[in-house]
Amino acid sequence: MRLYVMLIYVFLYAPIGFIVGGSFNSGKQAMVWQGFSLDWYGKAFSNPLIMEALTTSLYIALVNAVLSAIIGTLTALGLQRVGGWTRAGFDALIYIAIMVPGIVIGISTLIAFVTVFDAVNPLLSVRLEMGAWAVIAAHVLFNTAVVALLVRARLQGMDRSLVEASEDLYATPFGTFRQVVLPLLAPSILAGFLLAFTFSFEDFIIAYFVAGPDVTLPIYIFSSIRRGVTPEINAVGSVVVLSSFILLIAAQLILRRSGRPAG
Amino acid sequence: MTRSAGRPQILTAALLAPAVLLFAVMLLAPLLVIVVFAFGERAPAGGYAAAFTFDNFLNLPARGKAFINTLTLAPIGTLLTAVIAFPVAYFLALRCDPKWRVTLLVLVMAPFWTSQLLRYYAWIMLLGAKGVPAWLSYLGFPDIRIINTPWAVLIGAVYGYLPLMVPPIYVSLEKLDKRLLEASSDLGATPLRSFLQVTLPLALPGVATGAMLVFILLMGDYILPQYLGGGKVFFIGNALVDLFLQSRNWPYGAAVSLALVAIMFVTILVYMRFVLGGSGQRRVALV
Repeated sequence: MRLYVMLIYVFLYAPIGFIVGGSFNSGKQAMVWQGFSLDWYGKAFSNPLIMEALTTSLYIALVNAVLSAIIGTLTALGLQRVGGWTRAGFDALIYIAIMVPGIVIGISTLIAFVTVFDAVNPLLSVRLEMGAWAVIAAHVLFNTAVVALLVRARLQGMDRSLVEASEDLYATPFGTFRQVVLPLLAPSILAGFLLAFTFSFEDFIIAYFVAGPDVTLPIYIFSSIRRGVTPEINAVGSVVVLSSFILLIAAQLILRRSGRPAG
Repeated sequence: MTRSAGRPQILTAALLAPAVLLFAVMLLAPLLVIVVFAFGERAPAGGYAAAFTFDNFLNLPARGKAFINTLTLAPIGTLLTAVIAFPVAYFLALRCDPKWRVTLLVLVMAPFWTSQLLRYYAWIMLLGAKGVPAWLSYLGFPDIRIINTPWAVLIGAVYGYLPLMVPPIYVSLEKLDKRLLEASSDLGATPLRSFLQVTLPLALPGVATGAMLVFILLMGDYILPQYLGGGKVFFIGNALVDLFLQSRNWPYGAAVSLALVAIMFVTILVYMRFVLGGSGQRRVALV
């Protein structure tokens, strides 16, 4: 059994090792080792197209994560205060947002906005078009739903007596929120933020449809794989893999330390 | 819930307003557009022309191959992933040193969140002519082709979704009351029988959660069939990209999207009704 589990880890990490290994290969061919070199890292980080795609992706991921963390938290707090049909309706929307495949979200966003823009653009002095903003909006939809679920799980596990104690001690509602509720929610908000950031940074399919003329890093990687990949891409990939590992481990540690309910 | 807040109604509305706006503009409106377009016609230059016709739905069999591939390979891939993931989850939950548990679990999950494109690209190389088939021919199995076959897509499915399948199974096994196993063996059951009659039934809710999650993502996948199926084994997702970005047949593409969403929702409803029904495990595992 131990051997089986070890083989599974090899299976999971072999392709990642292959990418990282390729980034240190001085030759261009993926399957032929031609000696150790760091040149591709230099080339990748001086390639303006790669740097621009990386910047766009970081910008989209960051704005998305901030907005999702805020809106998701507000939604979870708001849902604590409603019941019945309002709550059931929101629950349904949250689950629909999570379950509709990314490709359908991308397509429907594209055709809805393009149709509206085609109708209103002749009337306007500016030209509205798809772009990074649409990627952010579509990612925020999915991630807000995720953050709302995470924060709500935390709220439901929260000890109500702390809030009552704070109120008994004459804290204002906002004071109670800021000094009692928010610190308790912070780990799940931060974990949601990190997940949202990673999701957005990694997403290809939604961005592929709605990014318009803007190029994110996954779109750039997709088109260079189509043209024939160079170890430059492996170098960027290795840096990205390493950074997302660090983010993920951080998110996990935060969730575990805060005693997340199972699920 | 009663609160001492001064204007609770206004505050509640303010808290929920951003989400209402988001869901309305980014979810409901676009889905409504898809529904309307699905009854329309393709404009001569591509795009949408207003009409009311069921032709797009009646034409769905024209992309039947994509539906058949998706509806066979997604369930098989899900099942295969569950079977391969189970022993890993079992080891992590019951057999491994508790000190390493969390680290090993995070290591299982981590690959899912790192560049999907590059990882599948690596598999193109590993399963291509110079990769695994070349090694197999040294071992005396010449002429085995893996890439661009359903096998490659299944290997990719297991590889890609194992990280999502292991955690929910792990959670259900970890919660399992070890005294039940002791009782079972005290009563003379063989280890195999204890496993089949105690461990496995109690772990099923976790397997079902993981399977649902993997199935949903596999159904809508594009990169996996694109890279490992190489255009020969394609899914509904590949048909959609083709319809919207190449042939620009928006109304037909809208009908295909609706069919995909409909299949998924029926599956999810069946799952909720029959699998979640009595088990009390209603949470969707996301991480």
